[in-house]
Amino acid sequence: MPTPTKGPRLGGGPAHERLMLANLVQSLFEHDSIVTTEAKARRMRPLAERMVTFAKRGDLAARRKVLTVVKDKGVVHRLFVEIAPDMAEREGGYTRVTRMAARKGDNAPMCIVELVREPVNAKPKRAVVAEAEAAAKRSAKDEEAAAAAATEADETAEVEATEAPAAEAPEAAANEAPEAEAEAADEKPQA
Amino acid sequence: MAVPKRKMSRSNTRSRRANWKAAPVALTTCPACKSPTQPHMACPTCGTYKDRQYAVAERTEHQA
Repeated sequence: MPTPTKGPRLGGGPAHERLMLANLVQSLFEHDSIVTTEAKARRMRPLAERMVTFAKRGDLAARRKVLTVVKDKGVVHRLFVEIAPDMAEREGGYTRVTRMAARKGDNAPMCIVELVREPVNAKPKRAVVAEAEAAAKRSAKDEEAAAAAATEADETAEVEATEAPAAEAPEAAANEAPEAEAEAADEKPQA
Repeated sequence: MAVPKRKMSRSNTRSRRANWKAAPVALTTCPACKSPTQPHMACPTCGTYKDRQYAVAERTEHQA
């Protein structure tokens, strides 16, 4: 849920802010992309995303909720029929704010707010990526350990020879790694 | 109403004002058109940001 806004409203009063944000949201759903100041963009974003969430739900109650903000029925229709299906796969983040050069008259930082309507590209979840990286690191470490064990094992060959091939096997690698390292550490004082 | 007791010397005035400095604008090179641009901002020369093109972000004739 968006954080409640602290401090003064935009435009002089709460009613003025509500109207301005509603107009911005309506323009966004009408044109897909609008240019506004950064402050307004940051304020309107949660409202716009909530409207898209309602549109994805798609029932009459949701449509009436949206109509309390966006007064134009044509725009609401466009939101429910054209925009919502594009957002079906997307889990939040329906809008994108890109900063652009400041306005000339008052040097206000300006933004482009747009609906993200392109299909979701299957980016793997962060946890999955981290796991894959960890696995790669582990296998690399196992190979190092195996190599070290092989060099250490020249004098006391028999025990290490059984351990090293097991460590090289990729499936068993995760379990074998600590043992192989422990073996290598034990060998060092003797050698 | 509280008022200053003494006239402020030119020296003090000037040493205060000597600290009003303009900070240089951080600039990076646009990866698309190689022109200088501010970071985290659509390039005003070519209108690209992260391989996305925004025609409205391009510099108009009014912005020098």
